[in-house]
Amino acid sequence: MPNGAALDGAAPIEVRALSKRYGRVVAVDGVDLTIEAGDVFGYLGPNGAGKTTSLRMMLGLIRPSAGSVRIFGRDPQLSVTALEGVAGFVEAPCFYPYLSGRRNLELCAALDGLHSAVVTRIDEVLDTVGLAERAKDKVRGYSHGMRQRLGIASALLRRPRLLVLDEPTTGLDPAGMRDMRELVRDLATRGITVLLSSHLLAEVDELCNRVAIIRHGRIAYEGSLAELRRTAGLSYRLRTTDDQRAGTILAERGDITHVGTDSGGVLTFKVVDEPVVGDLSRALAHAGAGVLELSPRHATLEDLFFQLTEDGSGAPGDRVAEVAGAAH
Amino acid sequence: MPGVFAVYRWELRKLRAQKRTYLGLGAAALIPLVFVVALVTHGGKPEDVAFGRYVHQTGLAIPLVLLLFGSIWMFPLITALVAGDIVAAEDRHDTLKTILTRSAERHQIFAAKTLAACSYAILAIAITGAVALVAGILASGFNPITSLSGTRVSAPHGLGLVGASLLVYLLPILAIASIALLLSTAFRNSGAAIVGTLMFSLLLQLVDILPGLSGLHPYLLSTQFNAWQGFLRTPADWAPVIRAVWVCALYAIPALVTAGLVFLRRDVAGE
Ligand SMILES: Nc1ncnc2c1ncn2[C@@H]1O[C@H](COP(=O)(O)OP(=O)(O)OP(=O)(O)O)[C@@H](O)[C@H]1O
Ligand SMILES: [Mg+2]
Repeated sequence: MPNGAALDGAAPIEVRALSKRYGRVVAVDGVDLTIEAGDVFGYLGPNGAGKTTSLRMMLGLIRPSAGSVRIFGRDPQLSVTALEGVAGFVEAPCFYPYLSGRRNLELCAALDGLHSAVVTRIDEVLDTVGLAERAKDKVRGYSHGMRQRLGIASALLRRPRLLVLDEPTTGLDPAGMRDMRELVRDLATRGITVLLSSHLLAEVDELCNRVAIIRHGRIAYEGSLAELRRTAGLSYRLRTTDDQRAGTILAERGDITHVGTDSGGVLTFKVVDEPVVGDLSRALAHAGAGVLELSPRHATLEDLFFQLTEDGSGAPGDRVAEVAGAAH
Repeated sequence: MPGVFAVYRWELRKLRAQKRTYLGLGAAALIPLVFVVALVTHGGKPEDVAFGRYVHQTGLAIPLVLLLFGSIWMFPLITALVAGDIVAAEDRHDTLKTILTRSAERHQIFAAKTLAACSYAILAIAITGAVALVAGILASGFNPITSLSGTRVSAPHGLGLVGASLLVYLLPILAIASIALLLSTAFRNSGAAIVGTLMFSLLLQLVDILPGLSGLHPYLLSTQFNAWQGFLRTPADWAPVIRAVWVCALYAIPALVTAGLVFLRRDVAGE
C-alpha cells in the first residue's frame, strides 16, 4: 500500500516547500513547518496571509501547487487514511442545516466507520461542548457559536491525536472563548497535538508553546513567542547630558547595533547581550556624558506582530532582527 | 473506513430530510392522479399518442401514455431535481470539507451519491407507474389492451408488459441522472445543473426533428425513451430495447467517469 501505516515517530505535521497559487494570487508561498508531537502550535497571520489555505492542504482538501504535506508521515493527497487520528476544521465548521446537530454527528461517526456503539460517545461530546440540550434541533436554527461548538464536537468524536483548528474562537462570546481555550488546554495536557490558526496574539500567547507567523504566504517567524519577545527585548533607550557625544560612543562600539533615534529624538540602540549595557554606562560616564535614562524597551507582542506582518521586504531571516531593531 | 453501503445509507437519509425529494416524488405521484381525474371528469382522450385512444378501455393504457408524455421534460426534471443537486448541495452548504475530512474516501462518497441519485430516480418512476396503474385500473378497469401491432393482449400479460416497459424506461432515466450528476459536479450549482440537464434533454429532441439529421435518430438519448414500445408489439421487438441498453450506457458511463474524476481531483476551497 503506497500510503501504508503511519511511520513510527513521524511528526504529526511536516510541510515542505508548500505552495498554492490561485491564478495570479500566490496564497501560500514555500512554507516549511514541522509540528512535533505534543506541540500546541500557533499559526498566526493577518487576514489573507494564507493560514486557511495551508490548513486545507494539510487536510487534503486542496492540492498543493508545489511542495509536500506529511501527516504522521503520510500524504493526505493519496488517501484519507492519512487523516487517521486527525480531526478539525477550516473556516467556520459547516453541517447539513436540514439535519439536527445530533444527526450531523451520527453522520460524521458513520463516515468515520464507527458503529452504533458511538451513541454514548456522541452524548459525551455534546456534553463537552455544552450542546446537549439543543442537539435535537435542526442546525439551520443554530447560532454561529453553536455551529462552532458542533464543529468541536465532531472533531472530538474522532478521538484525535492531532487537532487542526482554524480560528476556533471567531464569533464566540467571551464565555465561549474561555471554554474553547480551556478545552484546547485540556486536550494539550492529555497529549493531543494542536495546530491552532489565529490572528489573536493573546490567544496564541496563552495557549501555544510554539508559533509560526505567516505573512503573504511566507513564514516570517518560527519559534517560541518567549524567544521572539526576548530577542526584541534587548533594545534600549538612552538620554544623557550630552547626547551628541553619547551617539558617537554608541556608533563606535562593535557590540551595539541599530543605533538611531525615536520620534522624540531620544537615542535608541540594540545589544546582543545585557553586560554590554553595563560596559556602556561606564564608558559614557568616563567620557563625561551623564546618564539621565538608560532603559530597556520591551516591545509588545502586538508591535512584533505588526512589524512582522506589515509591509517590508527581506528574507524571513532578517525579519526578527529588523523587528528587534525597530522595537524602540 | 466505512463501506460504500454505509455512506449510501446516509446519502438516502439526507435525501429523506430534504424538501426537494418530496417535491420530486410528490410530482411523480400527483401527475398520474391529475391525469386520471381529468380523464374521468372530462371524458376526452389523447388521440394523437400511442395507446391514447384506449385510456377509457383499460387502465393499462394510462401508465403507457404517461411514459410517452413524461419523456419530454417531466421525468428529466424530476430526475434532475435530485441528481443535479446531490453534489452541488454540498457546495451550497460548504459541507464537503466536513465529510471529506472523516474516513471516507472521495470515490466512496461519489459512488454513494451516484447510487442515491439513481435510487431516487428509480423510486420516482416506480411511484408514477404504480399510481398510474392503480388509478387507471380503478377508472378504466383491468381489461385487455391492444398492442401496437393490433393484437389483443390479455390483462395479466399486459400488466407484465407495462412492468417491463417501466424497467426499460429506467435506462434513459438513469442516463439523464448521470448527466445531471456530471453537471452538478462541474457547475457546483444545483440550479445550473437542473436547467442544464433539461436543456440537454430538450436539445436532443430538437436534433431529432431537424431535417438531415435523421441518421442520428437511433442514437439519441431521447429516442431511447420509446424503446419500451418494442415490448408492445407481437411478437416483441427486442432490437430497440437492446439498443437502448448500450446507447444509454454510452451517455451514462462517460458522464459518470468524468464527474467522478472531477470530484476526485477538485479543490475543496469554499466559495
Ligand atoms: N478559492 C480561492 N480562490 C482564489 N483565491 C483564494 C482562494 N482561497 C484563498 N484565496 C486567496 O489566498 C490568499 C490566502 O487566503 P487564506 O484564506 O488562506 O487566508 P487566511 O490567512 O486564512 O485569512 P483569514 O485570516 O482572513 O482567514 C488570499 O489572498 C485569498 O484571496
Ligand atoms: Mg482563514
